[in-house]
Amino acid sequence: MKRCNQMVELGRRQFLRGGATAVVTTAAASALASGKAEATPALARVNYPSQRLANVKDLKVDQPVEISYPDKTSPGALIKLGRRVEGGVGPEGDIVAFSTLCPHKGFPLNYVAADKSFNCPGHYSRFDAEKGGQEIFGHATQNLAQFRLRVESNGDIHAEAVDELIYGRLSNVLSV
Amino acid sequence: MTYKRNIDRLPIPPKGARVQNVVCHYCIVGCGYHAITWDVNKQGGPLPDQNYFGQDLTKQQAQETTAWFSPAMYNIVKQNGQDVHLVLMPDHDCEVNSGLGSIRGARQGENSYSEVTGTQSQRLTDPQVYRYSGMYPTSWDDALSLVAEVTRRVIEEQGEDGLIVSAFDHGGAGGGYENTWATGKIYFESMKIKNIRIHNRPAYNSEVHGTRDMGVGELNNCYEDAELADTIVAVGTNALETQTNYFLNHWVPNLRGTSLKKKQDQLAGEAHPPTRIVIIDPRRTTTVNACETESGKDRVLHLAIEPGTDLILFNALMTEIAAKGWVDKEFIQASTTDFDAMVAANKVTVAEAAQATGLSADQITKAAAWIAEPKEGKRRRTMFAYEKGLIWGNDNYRTNQALVNIALATGNIGRPGGGCVRMGGHQEGYVRPSDAHVGRPAAYVDQLLIGGKGGVHHIWACDHYKTTLNALEFKRIYKKRTDMVKAAMASVPYGDRVALVNAIMGAIRQGGLFSVDVDIVPSKIGEDAHVILPAATSGEMNLTSMNGERRMRLTERYMDPPGNSKPDCLIVAGLAQALEKSWRAAGKNDIADKFKGYDWKTEEDAFMDGYNKHAGGGQFVTYERLRVMGTNGFQEPAVDFKDGRIVGTKRLFADGKFGTKDGKAKFMPTQWRGLQAEGKQQEKDKFPFLINNGRANHVWQSVYLDQNNDFVMGRWPVPFIEMNPSDMQELGLKPGDLVEVYNDNGSTQAMANPTPTAKRKQTFMLFAYPTGPQGNVVSKGVNEFIIPNYKQTWGNIRKIADAPEVTRRLTFKSQEYTTG
Repeated sequence: MKRCNQMVELGRRQFLRGGATAVVTTAAASALASGKAEATPALARVNYPSQRLANVKDLKVDQPVEISYPDKTSPGALIKLGRRVEGGVGPEGDIVAFSTLCPHKGFPLNYVAADKSFNCPGHYSRFDAEKGGQEIFGHATQNLAQFRLRVESNGDIHAEAVDELIYGRLSNVLSV
Repeated sequence: MTYKRNIDRLPIPPKGARVQNVVCHYCIVGCGYHAITWDVNKQGGPLPDQNYFGQDLTKQQAQETTAWFSPAMYNIVKQNGQDVHLVLMPDHDCEVNSGLGSIRGARQGENSYSEVTGTQSQRLTDPQVYRYSGMYPTSWDDALSLVAEVTRRVIEEQGEDGLIVSAFDHGGAGGGYENTWATGKIYFESMKIKNIRIHNRPAYNSEVHGTRDMGVGELNNCYEDAELADTIVAVGTNALETQTNYFLNHWVPNLRGTSLKKKQDQLAGEAHPPTRIVIIDPRRTTTVNACETESGKDRVLHLAIEPGTDLILFNALMTEIAAKGWVDKEFIQASTTDFDAMVAANKVTVAEAAQATGLSADQITKAAAWIAEPKEGKRRRTMFAYEKGLIWGNDNYRTNQALVNIALATGNIGRPGGGCVRMGGHQEGYVRPSDAHVGRPAAYVDQLLIGGKGGVHHIWACDHYKTTLNALEFKRIYKKRTDMVKAAMASVPYGDRVALVNAIMGAIRQGGLFSVDVDIVPSKIGEDAHVILPAATSGEMNLTSMNGERRMRLTERYMDPPGNSKPDCLIVAGLAQALEKSWRAAGKNDIADKFKGYDWKTEEDAFMDGYNKHAGGGQFVTYERLRVMGTNGFQEPAVDFKDGRIVGTKRLFADGKFGTKDGKAKFMPTQWRGLQAEGKQQEKDKFPFLINNGRANHVWQSVYLDQNNDFVMGRWPVPFIEMNPSDMQELGLKPGDLVEVYNDNGSTQAMANPTPTAKRKQTFMLFAYPTGPQGNVVSKGVNEFIIPNYKQTWGNIRKIADAPEVTRRLTFKSQEYTTG
């Protein structure tokens, strides 16, 4: 039961944190989008924002940084894995970022450094941070949404797109 | 790279989109779903008054929302000839799954046939016949008249035993009451076919004769009992992976303690101690891990027995429970027979059982106490659940009965928090004319085919090459026999029907076999067929089934079947009419007349002819009434129709009356006799590795749809074999390396999957996979009722190749949930 309470608490914290700012972000973006729509045809893909997450020098191996992308209501984790992986960025090719909403039922995932996996306390799903978020075990019908990253020459890490639909939204960018 | 769909937006269902009732067409649990469809040229909007959900979709939705679906739940399909968007999402109001979707069922949308998105392009769209050295499309009339001609000629020469049939007998996809009735009617009523078998075993028999012979039907409780039990006993069932939402929605609340209120409400006047679970399985599964996560390790007792020793363990538990007096004397007296004789016959000491099972004496006595020791003076409520570990394991009949002995002795049948139930594989959907003529033991059909018997083989949604025992030998002979017919067919012009059938018959007289395969996708055995008939699946037709608590629902037809494919029941109707015509043309009017009564226009006609007229309580059940009952349906048998609702039966045997002549459940003697099936002990002595086998979470059955699904094939391109890392090291294996598994029965391939929790020399291989059928190495040994023993298989393992690209990219981390 203790574990469950922790889970609920963590979930509440994440959603409240996101929710409070979401109203502002969404409203502002909607106004902007509707203004644009009159002048230009709709785009084939959603228009992802480029967002600075951190600088490579801020990251320590296996110490995930809480981030959110593409907006404040979509929590994620930025991780330096310490080993080069496919899709990793930075000088060592070991920096990755993922959505931390379980794509099964939206419970917040916990990062376990011991085996570099994301774990869902809701229904035990597991995703491999070193294999592009591959579902090791679980109930989600997709592998974990990964944020595509770009590193600037000064070491700033930017998120620029997402490779799967994020749990709880039918458009990864809500304000199109 | 790990497979990603790169979908960043999905169409929003508009307000007023059509919604229909659906039951997942895969496993026995039968989760409720909704099919939401709307015109392809329309879409809803994100505001509450613009969308089906009535929710503000400009905002991130919370966990467990009802207003989100994953890309795998979406597709574009045809409905009455028009393209429509389809969302197949779990129903939050269904009591079975409460909105949960498994990794299998929640991909039904994506696994639907779509000419727009290209999914399931493998689906069969037309009848095909062998001509000009290949399989080519033809008309239903052409295909069915050829099948009928050959079938009639074979029966004329060999009698009805010359027609061999392999057919589903279950619910869900490749089954359903409509289709089991139709196939039953043609083979058991119009004909009396004896040489018939079921999709996953080589004979026409029950997997659970044992419990039925005691008068205890195997699906006797309800899923809620798992929330009410004081103790759950799980035997050879890996419920988290194979009955996922039954486990998550009904076992977990009990293990977590969140069903306590329900216990207090329904079972007042007794203590409700923290729930315990006993898991009997040689392998540590993710189910064990999940139970420990929820209950704490001190309330989970995992008995990792020596494989195949369940029976002696059960007898020891029964002996211990009887000795302690932890039995329900009143129930035994009122509702059972032969208790004392059973106890005397099955007497086994804890020490003897410890020796055979490899458990400690303490573990066995602890299990007995957890199962039966009264709680504060009241009877402990214990639910017993078993599945393929027992059913496909050593000495099926006795082992099944030994477990039911314990459940009966402790008064745990027909009462809340109890039950002794199989967990199930497919849903159920059996209604057929009497099969009494088949006999018991039934014919060992695979051995007949291997032995050159029969001239024509009708296959209904079975793929022996993947799902039978002794599969490599079966395939070798089957191919040889069907190739003889192919060679004969190639020797005459296809259009000369008389010459063609004569050529086929000539080959059959030489030992050839004419093969007719009815399926929804190309199967492995279908590669050797001469006629392929395309079937529709659940949702492309209206289809009824019941789940593991006998919950019957109607899946409504929400999309069109691919091309010219048809529901199996209507294929049967066409075949019956073709046979009638063929027999009449041959001047046998008396035989032709037996094929009357198939003038069904729809699957509903077959349902009314079958279930409504022949199932127990069937007279209360119609499609219209089932539509009203929605995804919750009712629990069979129906006993009434009242106030617009079908009235069902929550638990069987609640009145203490059982399915025997005298109404009393019968205890059975079930003496331990070691490894029962012929040759198993010798195989164990000869080969070093146990090749245990079963299912995995990602996939359903023989992956007949998932073999065409990128998400699944990106995870398990080759069947895994879980091995202890030290065993891998000794064989020079790295993760993902390809190995050959071999013994005197045959050989197959798998991918080494390092599993630290696996015991040394005890492997576990994914079953029924097209890229490496485990059945190739399973011996032909069966029990006295022709039940196979897949689980106790021993073989050797050697490296074939370094990990190829498709396995190199996989994760090999532990599947067990961890908090770090």
